[in-house]
Amino acid sequence: MPIDRPTDLDAALASLSDVPSAHLLAGGTDAMVEITFDQRRPEHIVALRRIPELRGYRVDDDELTFGAMLTYTQVERELASTAPGLAMAARTVGSPQIRNTGTIGGNLGTASPAGDTLPWLLALDARVELRSVRGSRELSLADFVTGPKRTAREPDELITAVRVPRVEGPQHVAKLGPRNAMVISVAMAAVIVDTTNRRVRAAFGSVGPRPIRASDAEQQVSDAIDWDALTCPDDAIVHFADACAEASQPISDHRSTADYRRHAVAVLAARSLRRCLAA
Amino acid sequence: MSSASTTTRDRVRDGLGQDADRPDGTPKVTGGFAFSSDLHARGMLWGRTLRSPHPSARIVSIDTSAAEAMAGVTTVVTAADVPGKATYGLEHADQPVFASEVVRYQGEPIAAVAAEHPELAVRALEAIEVEYEVLDPVTDPEHAMAAAAPIHPDGNVVRHLPLRHGDVEATGEVVVEGTYEVGMQDQAFMGPESGLAIPADDGGVELYMSTQWLHVDRDQVAACLALPPDQVRMTLAGVGGAFGAREDVSLQVHVCLLALRTGRPVKMLYSREESFFGHVHRHPARMWFRHHADRDGQLVKVEARLVLDGGAYASTSSAVIANAVCFAGGPYRVPNAQIHGYAVRTNNPPCGAMRGFGVVQACYGHESQMDKLADALGMDPVELRLKNALKPGDTLLTGQVITGTAPVREVIEAAVAHPLPPEPSDDDPALALPGGAGLTAERGDVRRGVGFGVSIKNLMFSEGFDDYSTAGVLLELDGHGQAIATVHCASAEVGQGFVTLAQQITRERLGVDQVMLRPADTAIGSAGSSSASRQTWMSGGAVELACDAVREALFERAVARRDLALDDADHPLFDLRDGHVVEAGGSASIPLVDLLAEGPIERIEVHRHAPTDPLDEDGQGNAHVSFAFAAHRAVVDVDPDLGLIRVVQIATGQDVGRALNPRAVVGQIEGGIAQGVGLAVMEEIVIEDGKVRNPSFTDYLIPTALDMPEVLATVIEQPEPGAPFGAKGVGEPPTISSTPAVAAAVRAATGLALPRVPIHPEDIALTPARDG
Repeated sequence: MPIDRPTDLDAALASLSDVPSAHLLAGGTDAMVEITFDQRRPEHIVALRRIPELRGYRVDDDELTFGAMLTYTQVERELASTAPGLAMAARTVGSPQIRNTGTIGGNLGTASPAGDTLPWLLALDARVELRSVRGSRELSLADFVTGPKRTAREPDELITAVRVPRVEGPQHVAKLGPRNAMVISVAMAAVIVDTTNRRVRAAFGSVGPRPIRASDAEQQVSDAIDWDALTCPDDAIVHFADACAEASQPISDHRSTADYRRHAVAVLAARSLRRCLAA
Repeated sequence: MSSASTTTRDRVRDGLGQDADRPDGTPKVTGGFAFSSDLHARGMLWGRTLRSPHPSARIVSIDTSAAEAMAGVTTVVTAADVPGKATYGLEHADQPVFASEVVRYQGEPIAAVAAEHPELAVRALEAIEVEYEVLDPVTDPEHAMAAAAPIHPDGNVVRHLPLRHGDVEATGEVVVEGTYEVGMQDQAFMGPESGLAIPADDGGVELYMSTQWLHVDRDQVAACLALPPDQVRMTLAGVGGAFGAREDVSLQVHVCLLALRTGRPVKMLYSREESFFGHVHRHPARMWFRHHADRDGQLVKVEARLVLDGGAYASTSSAVIANAVCFAGGPYRVPNAQIHGYAVRTNNPPCGAMRGFGVVQACYGHESQMDKLADALGMDPVELRLKNALKPGDTLLTGQVITGTAPVREVIEAAVAHPLPPEPSDDDPALALPGGAGLTAERGDVRRGVGFGVSIKNLMFSEGFDDYSTAGVLLELDGHGQAIATVHCASAEVGQGFVTLAQQITRERLGVDQVMLRPADTAIGSAGSSSASRQTWMSGGAVELACDAVREALFERAVARRDLALDDADHPLFDLRDGHVVEAGGSASIPLVDLLAEGPIERIEVHRHAPTDPLDEDGQGNAHVSFAFAAHRAVVDVDPDLGLIRVVQIATGQDVGRALNPRAVVGQIEGGIAQGVGLAVMEEIVIEDGKVRNPSFTDYLIPTALDMPEVLATVIEQPEPGAPFGAKGVGEPPTISSTPAVAAAVRAATGLALPRVPIHPEDIALTPARDG
């Protein structure tokens, strides 16, 4: 099995253009498990760790850009004040060893319903930058993730970065699992009280085939919030929680039940919003 | 004990009672230790096992021709290639080496291959064509008991054990009843099954294997291979944990068969996923109890019906159900009892030995009942337990009188005497709340609860089993003229620290600093299993006997030198001190090295515990050797809305007889509590229609450091009569009553009945709170 180890972006895109069936290797936290379990037998691998263009992040006045090879550890350590919700999400991923190697681009590329960074990115209307030798394009995260572990990425395309608007206001990310660390989420919530745009943003993971945005719930609670005092009537929070649960599409599997997941969405939504408003 | 007066405890470095370092400690921490998965032999092949995807099926045909034709695939074996006995098993040889006509559980071996590369072996498995006629699995033990057509020719009830004690018609003024369930726990050792078989010139085979009991493996392998036992020579390879899961044969027969067929060394190494199908698990249990007491809280009678799901094959189910039945009353005086225990065969994964061995399930039941009884009586649960606590001279449900120590009151009082953790505060770190790193709760969302559990566990093998261990000790001069002792014992070091203890005993008894250990192998007699909390007592005792025989020989040499009369009464005239044989009067001494200049001394001794009897038709008899007791107090924080639990603290008192290596004892206590906490709040093999849904550490969750509570431990040292050095086994008790203690604490925090462990989040979050 050939392994290309390009050292710049153009070389990576050329490799991918030559062998569009190649499997992309970022941190390997998904790929190596799949290969070990014999669920995936790549015929060709393009390894991305040596490409400097993918590794950084950029903080602009109105936008944050995260390189695809940004690791969870970097997010946790370097972006805790700039992107607090993303840092909270990154902190919940696996063990320190996994966080040292796992990347945001990998989380996007795998597009698991339980991807830990996806709810926060979705809540912020993230845009995924894809490049190939044919050029580059941007897709909204909602359009990028087309199903469980399915994306709109063309075989010769590389995820190069993901962008979110920079917004003011408190945010909270909560991940629910039956163990206190190192667990795949049973439900995940990202709530952002976006004071810049005076709207609540809320998205959920592990409760549907794709990360779910609770748009109706957002709209209703945004109207109920006193944006000057940053307060919200209790019944509106309860209503928001119920509407989020309503928006979820959970299933029962060996990790949990649909009923519990739906219940958890409501609890996490209400608690996350209350934490933001109390912050 | 007499040994105390004749040894030199104060002077021996790293002798008994001291925190001696493990000889394998540094290499294990630094990565230098060779586990069985690290084994390698020049020119070795890789073996893999083909397993049934179905829990119940008839095998219509097996076609291995395509696999055999593959380049680099050396051989493929099926049931037809097993030269000897077609089945094996610890108590009943009912498990086929390879299934040939029917498969009775998902993962049952069908064939094995040997290939030049592990990946090739995987592809060879894919090339084997097996046609199955899939059948409906029998997965409910109650249905299995009633089934007209048994799953196995031996029948579906592996053992029905009734127990009748005292007046079975007796009733109490206060009666509480409950039905409880325990899910299927896995031992979850870190080092998956692995072994290396090397064919020998004499037609036999050398097997290097991580296991718990070399000789019982050897005998089963030899029978299946139609070899005399001395042509199967086993050596213990580095064991990455066991907890009961290595007591049954896994790949032993397969790998030896492949090596003999190919004439080349063959290595097998299970993946983590395969490991879940490759060893037995803890029996799931359904248990009904009715406890009777008088108004003062004195227990009058215990009634119980215990059903353990043994899965497709017998394994150790007969002994596991015996433990569940014998100890269904707990560590309490119960004058009357009527109990029925059933170990049942189903198409679920086979279950067998795991730390606590049947007592874990029973203890969760009886301790849940004790809390229910305390509630009905309006009595403090600790007071109720103290009121009924067994003491020496009391009679067990089996009619056996406790002749050894039974510090039940002491362990309870020690557990309760530990300080409670600080009250919850808003300053607590977020990671310390239920949900941990997920930041799902704030302090205000959380409620605290406290619960108790107390347990009794039999030590060593019961019911008349001829339980023994063998050890050899060689004392000689090394290349520098210094005395060096070498211990040889087949006791499997599975992490419990026998290697440390063997050195401590030898240093203590022979007064030498240098103690080497030979690899554990079958060149010496059996040491029995590293299970049932038995190796300190059994093999520790054998090492002591061998050391004493060496001492005897040394004293004889001293006597010969000094031309003194030998005193038959244990040589009170001599002692070993500071590398000298010293006369009791203290005037004369002979250097050990001078005596050893005459030549090395080697002695091999066998140690047996006191004999036990079988249980009679009423479950009565002196079936057990000795008993160990533990009490646990658990403090938990629960987030009721999400059903998440954080175990904050476990305080324990444990009856250890004597702590021969206090640090190792505390290690066993902490590790045992981790497994007990795991069973209480997360560990479960999820089975659906006979199929395992979570065979990975991604989905079979065991506690992480963030899930592990603070442990406060007090060891109660009351030397056990008849036990070498007065020491009781310490490995199992911590696992047993920690589970019901945590469950009770969660009940206290939530007000819910929670009749099943592990407690899953939805059991709390989606269950309406009890009235009142």
